[in-house]
Amino acid sequence: MMTSDFLLFIVLAVVAVASALSMLISRNAVYSALFLVINFATIAVFFLLLGSPFLAMAQVAVYAGAIMVLFLFVIMLLGAEQLRQDQDLPWQRPVAIVLGVILLVETGIIVFSLGFQEGALPSFTSFAADYASPADIGALLFNEYLLPFEITSVLLLVAMIGAIVLTRKQKSE
Amino acid sequence: MPVSYYFMLSAILFTIGALGVLIRRNAIVIFMSVELMLNAANLAFVAFSQLHDTLSGHVMVFFVITVAAAEVAVGLALIVSIFKSKQSINVDELNELKQ
Repeated sequence: MMTSDFLLFIVLAVVAVASALSMLISRNAVYSALFLVINFATIAVFFLLLGSPFLAMAQVAVYAGAIMVLFLFVIMLLGAEQLRQDQDLPWQRPVAIVLGVILLVETGIIVFSLGFQEGALPSFTSFAADYASPADIGALLFNEYLLPFEITSVLLLVAMIGAIVLTRKQKSE
Repeated sequence: MPVSYYFMLSAILFTIGALGVLIRRNAIVIFMSVELMLNAANLAFVAFSQLHDTLSGHVMVFFVITVAAAEVAVGLALIVSIFKSKQSINVDELNELKQ
């Protein structure tokens, strides 16, 4: 079904862009974090539409769950949800917006000049039940991508040690 | 449905994230914008993986999620320790190297 794909995509895309913009404009960091949770949830649904239930679940559990809880925890721990709004560099905002528009236009030109619009994605109704199942992704992860996977474990260990060292109480003198 | 729709959505989300990094002064919101940019890249990865009918893009997204988790853990630890010494996480006020 071409139309149901398109309808779902448009509705979700509007929600994703609106929540991302709200995150950008929101004055309060807690609201920003909650808008970002909405954004991550819509991206999880996009993963489902693209036939990847495992990634959708990982997205919800790791991003919307663990990472955003960590963000909210730190925001509330520091009580830093609101900052003063006056800028030290008043010309920074217009310059940033101009640069953002240039980036967007540039990507658009690249996308439409490389002819990606001809590549059609399969409809989400056409995927087999076990397409991109955890078993398939796990097999790929432990065969073709074994070395990056092992390096990932070292990365997580380093991040864990780094976080502990950085937040540890300094010995007095 | 053409893959370019997903690519444009990904580009728009990435641009919003980049604007967030440039405009906002709150270090935590800057971090959240970086997460948004990573997610936009993930979306493009999965869309292209689907276009070429391979699972490699999905595995890449898995790695990106792991790196994002590590980055957030270290970044938030840095923010907490900066806040302890300066009582602020406004990036405009973080302009000296010594404590």
